[in-house]
Amino acid sequence: MTTPVLRVQDLHVHYRTAAGPVKAVNGVSFDLAPGERLGLVGESGSGKTTMALALMRMLEQPARIEGGRVLLDGVDLLALSEEQMRRIRFDRLSMVPQGAMNSLNPVMRIRDQMIEIFNAHGRHPDKAERRERIGHLLERVGLKRDVADRYPHELSGGMKQRVCIAMAIALRPQVIIADEPTSALDVVVQRQVMETLGAVQKDLNAAVILVGHDMGLMAQFADRIGVMYAGRLVELAPVRQIFSAPQHPYTQMLIASIPSLEEKRLFKGIPGVAPSLLNPPSGCPFHPRCPAAFAPCPTINPALEETDAGRWVACHLHSEAVLHDSRA
Amino acid sequence: MTPVLEVRAVGKVFRAGGFFKRDATVALKDFSMTIAGDRPVITAIAGESGSGKTTLARLLLGIIEPSMGEIRYHGVNLKAMNGDQRRRFRQEVQAVFQDPFEVYNPFYHVDHVLTTPVAKFGLARTRDEAYTLIETALHQVGLRPEETLGRYPHQLSGGQRQRIMIARALLLRPKIIVADEPVSMVDASLRATILESLLKLKQEFGISLIYITHDLTTAYQLCDDIYILYRGTVAETGSVEQVIKQPKHPYTQLLVSSIPLPNPDQRWGGDVPAMSERNNGSGGGCPFAARCPHVMERCHIAPPPLYQTSAESAAACYLYDDQPELRQRPVAAHDLLNPH
Repeated sequence: MTTPVLRVQDLHVHYRTAAGPVKAVNGVSFDLAPGERLGLVGESGSGKTTMALALMRMLEQPARIEGGRVLLDGVDLLALSEEQMRRIRFDRLSMVPQGAMNSLNPVMRIRDQMIEIFNAHGRHPDKAERRERIGHLLERVGLKRDVADRYPHELSGGMKQRVCIAMAIALRPQVIIADEPTSALDVVVQRQVMETLGAVQKDLNAAVILVGHDMGLMAQFADRIGVMYAGRLVELAPVRQIFSAPQHPYTQMLIASIPSLEEKRLFKGIPGVAPSLLNPPSGCPFHPRCPAAFAPCPTINPALEETDAGRWVACHLHSEAVLHDSRA
Repeated sequence: MTPVLEVRAVGKVFRAGGFFKRDATVALKDFSMTIAGDRPVITAIAGESGSGKTTLARLLLGIIEPSMGEIRYHGVNLKAMNGDQRRRFRQEVQAVFQDPFEVYNPFYHVDHVLTTPVAKFGLARTRDEAYTLIETALHQVGLRPEETLGRYPHQLSGGQRQRIMIARALLLRPKIIVADEPVSMVDASLRATILESLLKLKQEFGISLIYITHDLTTAYQLCDDIYILYRGTVAETGSVEQVIKQPKHPYTQLLVSSIPLPNPDQRWGGDVPAMSERNNGSGGGCPFAARCPHVMERCHIAPPPLYQTSAESAAACYLYDDQPELRQRPVAAHDLLNPH
C-alpha cells in the first residue's frame, strides 16, 4: 500500500455529561491512501459525525478528544496549536459540511465568503487573480461564474452544496471530509452533486472521507467502506466485499436491510436498538442484537483484525485467537 | 358504490406578497384520484421537493382546503361536512408524519399521544379498557408496552417513536392512513421495520395507505400504485411495477436512473443529464419541458394529457400521443388501469 495520507490511530472522543462520559468515538483506527474514497457508514449515534469533526478539530464543548493520534502526512494534528490547525484547514484538510443551507453566511455574497478563505491563508492577494480563481472554482463544480455575486438565499439547495464543494477545494487540499453532503437534496440533484464531488476529487487526487448512512450512495461512490457501530469501527473492507460478502454480523444485517428494486416486500430490519454510549454493553457492543453471539461476546470486546489482505473486522467469529480459547 | 375517498380535479394555489403585489404559487394542479374502499390499497405519491406532495397530504387530511376541485369522503365534500361527518372523517383518516420527534411534547410521557385520542374519541369507558386498547395497538406494531409506556420521547429511538405514531393511528380503527415521508428520518436498519408495520396495516387490518415519499425504492417495496408528481402535476401513474420498472415519462426515467442503487457494480453512468436547476417553465406547456431531453415544439404550448402507455400505466407526455388518452376523470390508477 502506498504511504497513507491520513492515519487515524486509536481515536477517542467523549462528550462530558453530568451522567458521565458518552464515548462517541471509542478507539477508532484506520489509514487513508492518497486519492482514496472511503465511506464511513453508521446509524445515527454511531459516532461518524463526531469523528469527522474530530479529524477537523472542530468539536465543541462538551465533546473532547480524549486520546489517539490523527497523522496528516506524518504530522499529528492533535498536537498542533490552534493557529497551526487553522492554517491546515482548507489548505490541507477541508470539509463539506452537513446541510449546506446552514453553513453559508446568509448576509454575505458567495464571492466574499470565498475571498475569506484566500485571506485567511494569505493566498491570491491580487484582486484580478482572485476573481479569476473564484470564477474557475465555480465553473469546476458546474456553476456559472455569476453565482459569485449572489447571496445564499438566491441559490437552490444543490447550488449551495456545490458552492460548499468549491470552497472545500479552493486551496487544493489533500483530504476532503464530506459529511452527508447530499442528505437534504433530491435524488437527481444528489446524483449531480456526488458526481461533481467525484470529478473534483479526481482532478486534485485528493482523498475523500464520505460520511453517511445511505448505503446506496456509498455503493455508488466509495472505494472502501468503514462500518461504525457504537463509536467503534467494526468492519473495514473494499466496497464490493462489503456488499457481496460482509463479515461482521452487523454489516450483514445492514446490507440485508437495504430496500432494493429487485425483491419486493422483503423487509429485514435489525431487531433491537442501538446501545447507549453512556453505558455501553460489556464485551462486543453489538452482542445484545447479534444472532451469532457466543461465549466470548458478552465479556471480551473484539479488536479490529485483518482477516484477509485489506479486510478488517472486529468480531470473535473471525478472530482466530478467541475461537481457539473459547473452544478449548 | 360510493368510493371512500375521491379527489376530483383538485388544485391548490398559495398567495403571498403584499397588498399591491401578490405572487401566486401553484402547488398542485388538477389532481384526481379515487380510493374505492372495496379492498385496501397502498398508493404512493412520489416527487421531489416542490412537487406538491406535501400539499396533497395536507389537502387529503383536511388541514388545508383546495383552491379548485373537491375532495369527497364517503361522497361528502370535506368543505360541506356536518359535525358528525367531520368527526368520522377525523377518526377514520389518520396521519403519520415525517419527523417522529416533533410530534411529541417532550414534557409528557409518550403515553400522552396514545391516551389523548382514546379520550377524545371515547374509545374506552374505563382506564383499564383504554390501556388494553393501547397495549394491543403497541403489540400490533411490534413494540413491547412495558418498554415504551411511561417513557419520555427522548428515551426512545426514532424507529420506536415512529411506530408509536402508527400505533396511535391504529387505535382509531382508521380506513385510510396518510403517511408523509414516514421513514425518511429513520435509520436504515429500522426503516425496514417501519415499512413492515405499514404493510401490516393493509394486510391485517384492511387499511388503505397513502404513502408520500421522495424515495422510489421504498415506494416500490411497499406500494401497489404510484403517482409521480412533478411541479404540481402528475407526470406518470400506474402500478409500481410498470412505472418504476418500465418508466415511460422522461422525468420518471431521470428519477429512476438517479436512484443510488446499493450495488457497486451498477454505478451511475458518467453522463450527468445536462439541465438547469432553475425553474423557468412557468409558461403554459409541460412543466418538465425545460429539463426534458426529448422536448418538442408543442411541449411549450399546452400541457400534455395522460396517455395510456400500458395496461397498467399512463404518462403525461406527447411522446405517447399515439396511445389513447385516459378519457375519464377522476382517474384512479388501480381502478381505471386494472379494471376488475
